[in-house]
Amino acid sequence: MTAAVLAPARVALVGNPNTGKTALFNALTGARQKVANYAGVTVERKTGVLTSPSGRIINVIDLPGTYSLRARSPDEVVTRDAVLGQLEGETPPDVIVCVADATNLRLVLRLALELKQVGRPFVLALNMYDIAQRQGLRIDLEGLSREIGAPIVTTVATRKRGIAELVAQAEGLADTIAPTENVWHEPSAAELRHAHSEAQRILKAYVRPPERPDTWTGRIDALLLHPVAGLLILSAILFVMFQAVFAWAAPAMDGIEAFFGWLGGLVALVTPDGLLRSLIVDGLIGGVGSVLVFLPQIAIVFLFILILEDTGYMARAAFLMDRLMGAAGLHGRAFIPLLSSHACAIPGVMAARVIDQKHDRLTTILIAPLMTCSARIPVYTLIIGAMIPERTVAGFLNLQGLVMFGLYASGIVSGLIVAFVIRKVFWRSASEPFMMELPTYKLPDAQNVLRNLWQKVWVFIERAGRIILPLMVLVWVLSTFPYPPEGATQPAIDYSFAGMIGHAIQPLLAPIGFNWQMSIALIPGMAAREVAVAALGTVYAVGDVEGAGGAALSSIIAAQWSLATGLSFLAWYVFAPQCVATLGVVKRETNGWLWPTVMFFYMFALAYLASLATYWSAVAMGWG
Amino acid sequence: MSCPDRNPANRLLSDFHPGQRGVIARVHPHEDARGALTAEELERRLLELGFVEGASVEVLHEGAFGRDPMAIRLDDMRVALRRREASAIEIVSEAAA
Repeated sequence: MTAAVLAPARVALVGNPNTGKTALFNALTGARQKVANYAGVTVERKTGVLTSPSGRIINVIDLPGTYSLRARSPDEVVTRDAVLGQLEGETPPDVIVCVADATNLRLVLRLALELKQVGRPFVLALNMYDIAQRQGLRIDLEGLSREIGAPIVTTVATRKRGIAELVAQAEGLADTIAPTENVWHEPSAAELRHAHSEAQRILKAYVRPPERPDTWTGRIDALLLHPVAGLLILSAILFVMFQAVFAWAAPAMDGIEAFFGWLGGLVALVTPDGLLRSLIVDGLIGGVGSVLVFLPQIAIVFLFILILEDTGYMARAAFLMDRLMGAAGLHGRAFIPLLSSHACAIPGVMAARVIDQKHDRLTTILIAPLMTCSARIPVYTLIIGAMIPERTVAGFLNLQGLVMFGLYASGIVSGLIVAFVIRKVFWRSASEPFMMELPTYKLPDAQNVLRNLWQKVWVFIERAGRIILPLMVLVWVLSTFPYPPEGATQPAIDYSFAGMIGHAIQPLLAPIGFNWQMSIALIPGMAAREVAVAALGTVYAVGDVEGAGGAALSSIIAAQWSLATGLSFLAWYVFAPQCVATLGVVKRETNGWLWPTVMFFYMFALAYLASLATYWSAVAMGWG
Repeated sequence: MSCPDRNPANRLLSDFHPGQRGVIARVHPHEDARGALTAEELERRLLELGFVEGASVEVLHEGAFGRDPMAIRLDDMRVALRRREASAIEIVSEAAA
């Protein structure tokens, strides 16, 4: 049994961003991967396992990309600590694999010189070697290897070339080379300059520049970074993305809804009528279904993000949007998380990880739920349909559509204003610099994209289970207990805790024009925004709001609510933190209850003020 | 000037237009360039990204609004940078080059 004799080895992948490090990680470990978080920080921890031909178990860890061990963001802190063997709860790696883009060696050579100081055995993997060869780039591998004091393996991760050799080299190093003393320290500016000239010297001696350098990136950039054409193309890409999120996702969302409906019906058949059935059908299945129904949209958002990242376009989008976002005190990279939030704030908050700086990232997370997510659409549709006449204004504009557009615009504008205020009032520091590499364009690798997509989707499902489920059960408990008394005349929810809370907060909500039915519907509506529609259906006892009850609910609202009340309710839904799932994810992503609490209160305050202003303006207009 | 020891003949990268090129003479952040960072930190970050004395730069593109940020060819890679940080990068005067 060789496997029993050979101790497992730990290998860490380190490299600049955009070197195909994750593709190499995928090629090494295949499907045997795990994505989690590092303890105490929200940096993704990607690990995988492979078995070498000799039978040794090799644990591979994919560390966040960096230009230097001098960490400047939470991601880079993880990389530094992992390399130095100081990461809490982690065993130091036996071998470091320094991953380089073979066509872009200058910066990685400087990083390799830093790694050399750490004293751990390392291999330099020259990835994308096929592209280097096609360009006619000549690298003296032996000389370079001698100079940096580490073996070199050439790889093409997307085609799984050089992987076996890389594994063999890493294994060999783990067996033969013992770590030496770590002499690394944070380089000063002078030391950085020295390391650069050293890297430059090595580059000159062992690498001959390409005979046929890539000209495509320059040509594509001439179009995609063009001040006018670039913005038009970006808008077109976003338009397609939006279309996809709403049109492509619809059949799958209907399918998921139908599935949970069927599952609920099935469980209802086999469980006795009573508390248990209500808990399983309404609480668990209904609650999880109301969140998982967004899975197709979330998958599409992430598919677009991954493809845009893989091709190298994401950096260009950040470039084009940087000035506009910067005016609100946001980073160019905040653009994609905020865009994603129009599908659902949850992937938006998760996607904010692309922002390195803590404050920029927190600002983005805090305003993400102000973007009009798709769960607001059923609420908006119901109220607009009931309250706003179907009329043409200014000759060609549909009034209902105009109101819908106004609600979207209010979300975006208020988000930018809040970001601006946060930046000015709370973090009075000047903004962080916007400096980043614009990587060369390349075709996305389908396998990589799909694997990463699966991981993102799985993380969402896992969270839906761990955070969202208990919160859903809580909302169910509030809406179910206590039972209505014998001979009750009102709907059951009226007698529950939700009903009591609704009645209790009604005086508070009276100034903004809410009646008690609306106040009650807000409580189960905390589960997810669109649940408020079903809750209104329950309170008004119209039955199934998706079927005949929907029209009935609409006419009840049209008859019983004043226009001022309807508008106030819309204003409420632009701002109110009516989504425990988002708050749960913010807690997860910011590692504590502070920021979800801040988010809850600031959004609640905004919602109240906006509804108050809307209601009384409308009353003054004679719409009360 | 905030930086008295600057060679007056050197130009700042932040004043460049697309198509203009040059060689970096000095990376030296002054007070206005540093933003939220210390001058030393900005200097190190610029160095780490490859903005180092002797490197060749060419401005490729600029943003539509306020001509910011800039896309720069830096030796054989491409980098995006705001003009504020670019003002920390001095370019060798043409006479000297």
